[in-house]
Amino acid sequence: MSELQLKDLYDGFRDPEVISGFAKLIEQEAKKLKKPINIMEVCGGHTHSIMKFGLPQLLPKNINFIHGPGCPVCIMPKERIDHAYALAEQEDVILLTLGDMIKVPGSRGSLQDARAKGADVRFLYSPLDALKIAEENPAKKIIFFAIGFETTTPMTTALIDIVLKRSIKNIFFHINHVTVPEVMVELIDSRDEHVDSYNNRIDAFLGPSHVSVITGSKIYEEFPRKYNRPVVVAGFEPVDVMEAILMIVKQFNEERCELEIEYKRLVTHDGNIKAQKLIEKYFEKASLFKWRGLGNVPKSGYRLKSEYSAIDAEKIYADILPKDEIEDHKLCICGDILRGMAKPQECTIFGTACKPSTPLGSCMVSSEGACAAYYKYGNLI
Amino acid sequence: MNKTVTLAMGNGGEENNELISKVFYKAFKNEILEKSEDAAVIHGGELAFSTDSFTVSPLFFPGADIGKLAICGTCNDLAMMGAKPKYLTCSVIIEEGFSVRELEKIVRSMKIELENNGAIIVSGDTKVVPRGSVDKIFINTTGIGEIKKKGISSNLISEDDVIIVSRDIGCHGATIFAARESIELSTKLESDCASLTHQVQALIEANVKITALRDATRGGVSAVLNEWATQSNICIEVDEESIPVSEEVYGICEILGFEAVNLANEGTFVLAIKKEDAQKALEVLHGFENSANAVEIATVSDQYPKKVILKSSYGTKRFLDAPTGELLPRIC
Ligand code: SF4
Ligand code: SF4
Repeated sequence: MSELQLKDLYDGFRDPEVISGFAKLIEQEAKKLKKPINIMEVCGGHTHSIMKFGLPQLLPKNINFIHGPGCPVCIMPKERIDHAYALAEQEDVILLTLGDMIKVPGSRGSLQDARAKGADVRFLYSPLDALKIAEENPAKKIIFFAIGFETTTPMTTALIDIVLKRSIKNIFFHINHVTVPEVMVELIDSRDEHVDSYNNRIDAFLGPSHVSVITGSKIYEEFPRKYNRPVVVAGFEPVDVMEAILMIVKQFNEERCELEIEYKRLVTHDGNIKAQKLIEKYFEKASLFKWRGLGNVPKSGYRLKSEYSAIDAEKIYADILPKDEIEDHKLCICGDILRGMAKPQECTIFGTACKPSTPLGSCMVSSEGACAAYYKYGNLI
Repeated sequence: MNKTVTLAMGNGGEENNELISKVFYKAFKNEILEKSEDAAVIHGGELAFSTDSFTVSPLFFPGADIGKLAICGTCNDLAMMGAKPKYLTCSVIIEEGFSVRELEKIVRSMKIELENNGAIIVSGDTKVVPRGSVDKIFINTTGIGEIKKKGISSNLISEDDVIIVSRDIGCHGATIFAARESIELSTKLESDCASLTHQVQALIEANVKITALRDATRGGVSAVLNEWATQSNICIEVDEESIPVSEEVYGICEILGFEAVNLANEGTFVLAIKKEDAQKALEVLHGFENSANAVEIATVSDQYPKKVILKSSYGTKRFLDAPTGELLPRIC
């Protein structure tokens, strides 16, 4: 990559004047709002930018963010992490996963803990790095614990494609890919009668651009149409987020409810068809996938199709993988927090039983989670 | 604390501090140790004394190698207490099968760097262990330096000080990540690994009112600022825009999801200088190639004691936390 391209990545999108300019426009527009609005940014990447650049401080009081469930790491339920832990413990296994996944605790500890006890756990920057590790360790079984939203799914399927085409015999997969639209529906229109999604306070969604680069913006069409929630698909730079907020506020003032794209740089209606085809080829939707803090969400996770059982670690190691359901902590109110109906302090175990070092719900797991942020900063800034 | 030692406990951040205080400080507790400075000040304030062990993968990387690192590391710790490095010891643990040529290369770099500091190795030890017992080579150096200016301490920073950083940050960390992940970005990126003795001595000779110095190694600039905020019970307000970060380092951070302030440095230091002498300090630093872009990055206040605040150019603020855990790439 040349330097010039690197700079292009962010240049112009962090310009203080442009950001302040948007802040002024939003303020003017927001004065006309009839009632305050709550915008959920679905994706952890957006939460990062919002926190890192301190954007809420630039917004008028009648615009609030609700930090969404969009972190593939935080939402990984203990059951799945326990799977990874059990796999990593096998003598001849090298367990691979991405980035900060190794930090999140399951019921026996995190993958980091497993590694400290002698398991061979490694994190990758790109799934394709697995090929090299497999080649260098022919006597070992390489298991890729695949995680992530629509953005990282194609990288996993690309690896699967290579493994099958080259008949590589020592790479296996444990699939935990999840999808964004289904969990958005769960928040505002849960089919679970025990869940109070009727009273959710989410007025609009900020959709992550990188997901739509793959899937196209079409995946959000039902939200304005069926659920009366505007969606703006936005990039991750502060300027992108600010522009998207302005677009949302304008929709309310002009009484529109639409799907709009702020990130026209790369997002199209149909997305990357080739990547979608590859996903369809290898994966199917599991009827339920459990999210930490939210419970089982219908059709929100992928698994390998049965014809690929030969590389499916979940099938091959079925005997050693723990099967018991682990209940989310009964007192955890992550689900309500994610729906904008409660604040972290309202949780009775906030800061006592549930802390960043011993998180019980997803909102406490990563530093971006609502509970973790409140724990650290209270209402300081 | 965890029952077993995790890699996170060695990262220079919170877990690291916890391990040190709950295990080592608890056992070894004494007045000198508890000051928790870069080097211990002993012998009535005349001598600085410090030790450090080095392991790095790869052993040779753009800008330096483990040998240079091992000398700079200990000499810089001494320099940060206003001392001139004098005598060092060196013990080496080598894995069976290690190449003698590489060993010679490493020792040559050590020699050059010792000369640069005006210090000598006066005692040493070598152990060879069976394959697999260590990763290629571990080097420990311990050093004694003669203190040229007394009273430099991280416990004394106040609102009369400003905070300066000696150069653009994060080069060592970014270089190592890039080398490990074979990210080919640009030929310009190299480790900042360098001895800081001459800069510090020049500051002392120019009579600059130095309150504290610390080299921003593991945990980067953010670890130093957080330690200072805690030790001196102050709030450090950083002007985010003013922190010098090269384009190459910024690029690596964007790709891997790191922040430059958390990346390790091996020849970059942070200074707390009395306000009235800030200009003078900058002039001295600008006379050295390795600190030609030294710049003021922060002021001290009492707004949020023991905290570090980052202020953006468009008027927002956030807390800068000490890095926790291993530095891991973000996945989204
Ligand atoms: S912890 Fe942060 S970076 Fe990691 S997946 Fe979650 S939101 Fe993304
Ligand atoms: S404090 Fe913990 S248990 Fe309570 S809602 Fe937040 S994550 Fe759940």
